[in-house]
Amino acid sequence: MTAMTDDTTHAHGHAPLAHAAQPAAQAHGQQHPIKLYLLVWTLLFVLSACSYLVDYFDFQGLLRWTLIIVFMMLKAGLIVAIFMHMAWERLALVVAILLPPLAVLVLMAMMAWEGGYTNYLRVFFFGA
Amino acid sequence: MTAEHVTTEPAMSEETLRSRVLGVVADWSSDQRSFKSASWGKAMMWIFLVSDTFVFSCFLISYMTVRMSTTVEWPHPSEIFALDIGGKKIPLILIAIMTFDLITSSGTMAMAVNFAYARERKKAAILMLVTAFFGAAFVGMQAFEWTKLIHEGVRPWGNPFGAAQFGSSFFMITGFHGFHVSIGVLFLLIVARAVWRGDYDVGRPGFFTSRKGRYEIVEIMGLYWHFVDLVWVFIFAFFYLW
Repeated sequence: MTAMTDDTTHAHGHAPLAHAAQPAAQAHGQQHPIKLYLLVWTLLFVLSACSYLVDYFDFQGLLRWTLIIVFMMLKAGLIVAIFMHMAWERLALVVAILLPPLAVLVLMAMMAWEGGYTNYLRVFFFGA
Repeated sequence: MTAEHVTTEPAMSEETLRSRVLGVVADWSSDQRSFKSASWGKAMMWIFLVSDTFVFSCFLISYMTVRMSTTVEWPHPSEIFALDIGGKKIPLILIAIMTFDLITSSGTMAMAVNFAYARERKKAAILMLVTAFFGAAFVGMQAFEWTKLIHEGVRPWGNPFGAAQFGSSFFMITGFHGFHVSIGVLFLLIVARAVWRGDYDVGRPGFFTSRKGRYEIVEIMGLYWHFVDLVWVFIFAFFYLW
């Protein structure tokens, strides 16, 4: 294994840093109780049923969008945190993986603006 | 920091948060391995998944753009994906079944990872095969859905229900996702076979490398599989429910 000691952190002389970092790299397997997985599985079923019911009862407008987003985020959070074990990873990996996708929100905002503008032009010139 | 304060929130006290944030700084500082709790294989899978996140984000955002910019009414997925069951028309039922199917496969995958680390290789292999079965069932339902829509006249350039962009968005997004599921099923079958044979007990090389395979491959495989489920959560919300 590539168990690399991080003497560098000690060398800097920052006591809190040295304390926070583990002395050596430990690639450990993720093993958690089956019970927890079954619980998450059940929750995902319930949340999926809830999002399906949003459509079944034909909620419209802001209520529909809010419910869809809430159930979606809860499901995504459970999958990433428990099934993909993000809850037990070190924060260095968590921020490296979860922060970059937030840049997508910028693209989304720009394209929403663009889409709205295109729609405005189409209505304005073609009066559809 | 009083003792009382520490005991109220043991999971994420202020001190723990501070220590974890300092841990990030320490892990990223210099000349050392940054991901201390993840092996190179796991870290690489995560980085691949981030890149795949951007691919699917681009699809979903372009879908949003065409849907916002069109002046023609967007077709109602609720009606298009309804099925007649016992003479009753149930809205979006096929997609709901596909969602439950994929979540179930994620559950069995999570348990397979657990058994693999416990060195219970038969149980792990069987659970992986069950996962592959649900994955294949998902792809089958998707093929059914595509066939149904193509018969109804949905094409990438137009459809009888409304905005022409519906078809291209639908085929592109679900097609790419279905392709991911299909590759995942193949990957599952390959790893399940290796686990069943006990390849990782005797240190036989993995299929992409001459290095010794380890049971960790099951967890890495699991990351990919859960990601496919994760993408479906977003497709379900934005394409089918919105």
